Amino acid sequence: MTKLRVNGVEREIEVDPSTPLLWAIREQLDLTGTKFGCGIAQCGACTVRVNGEARRSCVTPLAAVEGQDIQTIEALAPSADVLHPLQSAWIEHQVPQCGYCQSGQLMSAAALLDANPNPTDAEIEAAMDGNICRCGMYGRIKAAIKTAAKNLDAVPETAEKGDA
Amino acid sequence: MGKWTRRAFLSTGLLVGGGFAVGVALRPGNRTGELSKYVAHDGETLVHTWVKLDGQNQVTAIVPHAEMGQGVGTSLAQMLADELDADWNLVSFEYAPAVSAFSNYPIAKSQLLGPIDLPDAIVPTVDGIMIQTASALDLQITGGSMSVRGSGVYGMRVAGAAVREMLTQAAAEEWGVPVDEVVARESQLIHAESGRTAPFSEFAEAAARLPAPAKPRLKSRDQFRVMGRHVDRQDIPSKVDGTAQFALDVKVPDMLYATALRAPVFGGELERFDATQALQMEGVVDVVELPASEANPFIGKFKASASVAVVAESFWLAKLGLEAVDMTWKETPNEGVTTEAIFEQFDGDIAGGVDRQTDVVAGDLAGALASADRVIEADYRVPFLAHTCMEPLNATARVENGECEIWVGCQSPLGFRKAVADALGFEPEQVTLNNCLMGGGFGRKSRADWAVQAAVLAQKVGRPVQLIWTREEDIRQDYYRPAVLSRFRAALDANGQPSAWENTYVEKMEPVEAPVIPYAVGAQDIGAVSSPTHVPYGAWRSVDHSSHGFFTESFIDELAVAAEQDPVAYRASLLDAHPRLQSVLKKATDEAGWGQPLGPGRGRGVSLQESFGTIVAHVVEVTVDEDEVSVDRVVSAADPGFAVSPDGFAAQIESGIVYGLTAALYGEITIKDGRVEQSNFHDYPALRMSATPEIEVYVINSGHTMGGAGEPSTPGIAPALTNAIAAATGTRIRRLPIAGQSLGGVRVSPA
Repeated sequence: MTKLRVNGVEREIEVDPSTPLLWAIREQLDLTGTKFGCGIAQCGACTVRVNGEARRSCVTPLAAVEGQDIQTIEALAPSADVLHPLQSAWIEHQVPQCGYCQSGQLMSAAALLDANPNPTDAEIEAAMDGNICRCGMYGRIKAAIKTAAKNLDAVPETAEKGDA
Repeated sequence: MGKWTRRAFLSTGLLVGGGFAVGVALRPGNRTGELSKYVAHDGETLVHTWVKLDGQNQVTAIVPHAEMGQGVGTSLAQMLADELDADWNLVSFEYAPAVSAFSNYPIAKSQLLGPIDLPDAIVPTVDGIMIQTASALDLQITGGSMSVRGSGVYGMRVAGAAVREMLTQAAAEEWGVPVDEVVARESQLIHAESGRTAPFSEFAEAAARLPAPAKPRLKSRDQFRVMGRHVDRQDIPSKVDGTAQFALDVKVPDMLYATALRAPVFGGELERFDATQALQMEGVVDVVELPASEANPFIGKFKASASVAVVAESFWLAKLGLEAVDMTWKETPNEGVTTEAIFEQFDGDIAGGVDRQTDVVAGDLAGALASADRVIEADYRVPFLAHTCMEPLNATARVENGECEIWVGCQSPLGFRKAVADALGFEPEQVTLNNCLMGGGFGRKSRADWAVQAAVLAQKVGRPVQLIWTREEDIRQDYYRPAVLSRFRAALDANGQPSAWENTYVEKMEPVEAPVIPYAVGAQDIGAVSSPTHVPYGAWRSVDHSSHGFFTESFIDELAVAAEQDPVAYRASLLDAHPRLQSVLKKATDEAGWGQPLGPGRGRGVSLQESFGTIVAHVVEVTVDEDEVSVDRVVSAADPGFAVSPDGFAAQIESGIVYGLTAALYGEITIKDGRVEQSNFHDYPALRMSATPEIEVYVINSGHTMGGAGEPSTPGIAPALTNAIAAATGTRIRRLPIAGQSLGGVRVSPA
């Protein structure tokens, strides 16, 4: 059994501690926003935050995060009706196409902005290069991160479905 | 993706053309009574096959397509809402259920008939034939960049306009006023003379009892209010908070997990397997042999070979279990096949020219070659490519009491339902298919092989099973973009103008026009020879255009260089018959600053390609420095006739560029010992953010027939890039990918 804190809640997970965190999150905790893409930390679809830092959950054994603080996409928004500035910017820039990689993209971007609220283009690229988007929305992701950086201190927007 | 071409349709349409021959009464009348049970829930009225209204005056478009990133629901709902004169804030969409009654007859109509004006009296009969045809073909496919130009133009616009006429008629009858005095505006029905207004919903039931007009009056483009306007995609909010439901996210009670390994040499058969060790592992429930299955859509007929699957309490245990199974595969005739052997075979078959099928023959080729000032010859080649959708293939199936329910994300729900039913020995009606959002499709998810595996597994195990492929299996068991060799010979006259264009390549798929050039060359001979291999192929974003775009737009560039002429001016001079292409070329090159000097090591390249009804010109700027090619900037002009969702269209152009750049720079599946050598993103890389250029997209609404969005920007990006490299270094790249090749004596490092 592994004890950890997921999205602010203490959890006990009964599977073998060598199981990758990704599968425990998805199968045991039913948090399916975190995706499987490659299984070898090459694509970033499985990115979660461990103690605030971006981590590829597909190669992170449960045992390695015992007692630690895990955040998944489901808890990126500060509350049920308030989006994180990155999520608002993602909508503003119409970033997602298929959307499958976007949980991982957002979690990498969130870790970046927490550590560096005003990143340069090179710093954004360095932080995001581990996240593949096969729909190729890198330009929009980069623009949305810059927009979110500007809005970090602004009042959070409400989570409305955006219509033009 | 390009499966539903006119040619495929005409050939298959003949099979079901019995409708024409026997004169079956086909006028569909009002079908909503038959269809309501599938889609109309509490308080909702199905007014037309593709349109629901509810008591809150909310319009729902029923979209006969699947979502794989292209935003199809929003753009099709825009088309419907505009013709309906609905308030966009009261319009949403849902995906059509996978039942024959919701087969996509507008696509059939667009492919079989095209934009012809039928007499009013025969339209209902033609529609009836199309409904039967679409149903017989299990036609509910998403591909070929067909959604807006097919379903949208022939389905959603017509449905929206028809419902507007039905609602106004119902209101006019109720109010006792002439129908032409009732107008629809922003989801309200208005009779100005009497001051009456009512929401659409008030007349939904009365309208649903009226026959749908088969040929309602459509708006002219100057009357569009919602089409052409920027609206946010309605599916995006769920894609930023983790709530979007992909097939991988499905969970059903009592479900087990599985993963599978198919014969590594295509066509291979299982000799035996030893599951003793795997079955001793905790959590492993079963080890199952899955038989070979048919997986035959229109492009490329290949069996899916036998495989071994491990079923366990979790995916991770299934994966560990599969690694512990000792499998022995029978020898096949293809154990010794390599990529180089395949290209040698292609070379021999092109040289032999046996059974060469011609696409274009014009003018006196021999004469033009004999009188040429110069003759230019070149061979071009492209490799096999995998699709690598972000979401690895997966499906969840339950088989009990003679029925199957399956959850999958696919490009052909009715086709998948049929394939699953066939594999289980069921009728299609015994299979309920729930189509989910796709984490990418790109053509791969038009082939039902993995869904069949999941269904057969669930049947054998007797419990619901979620089958998830590893990325390794995804890359090694694809239906690849085929490798192609293409041989060119051209004649230049004394002025450097091309007088002959000869081209022979291996293996033709779709679309038929892919190798055809728009340029005015008097003598042409373009054709294909067949050179089959054991490597399965299928549709890959832009299909044959993905290869031929590179070939033809590189070779015309070579001719311009040989003629010592500017590549843009050279192309333009050969396009007098195609002013639309000329203006797209001009837009891209003007915006890119074509002709402005670039620094040392830098170069600019151009391409021009029409595909799937849309014309795209790219200008690429590169820097070749040390051992690296840096793609600095892409400027693209795209003319789809009219962009329904301008930002969504631009996003598709951006996406197709990045997809094509990945292939041009790194994409290569190689064959050794009869099997694929690559396995994951470390040896089959994808473009990442730091290597992605600045992309500028200029959308041209030229007023022509609406074209596609998902594929047209992919074919031209590789040649624009390699033409830029040629401009920067003098080195002409004639084979892809670029990685690993020598540029002006410098070897490009892999990704």
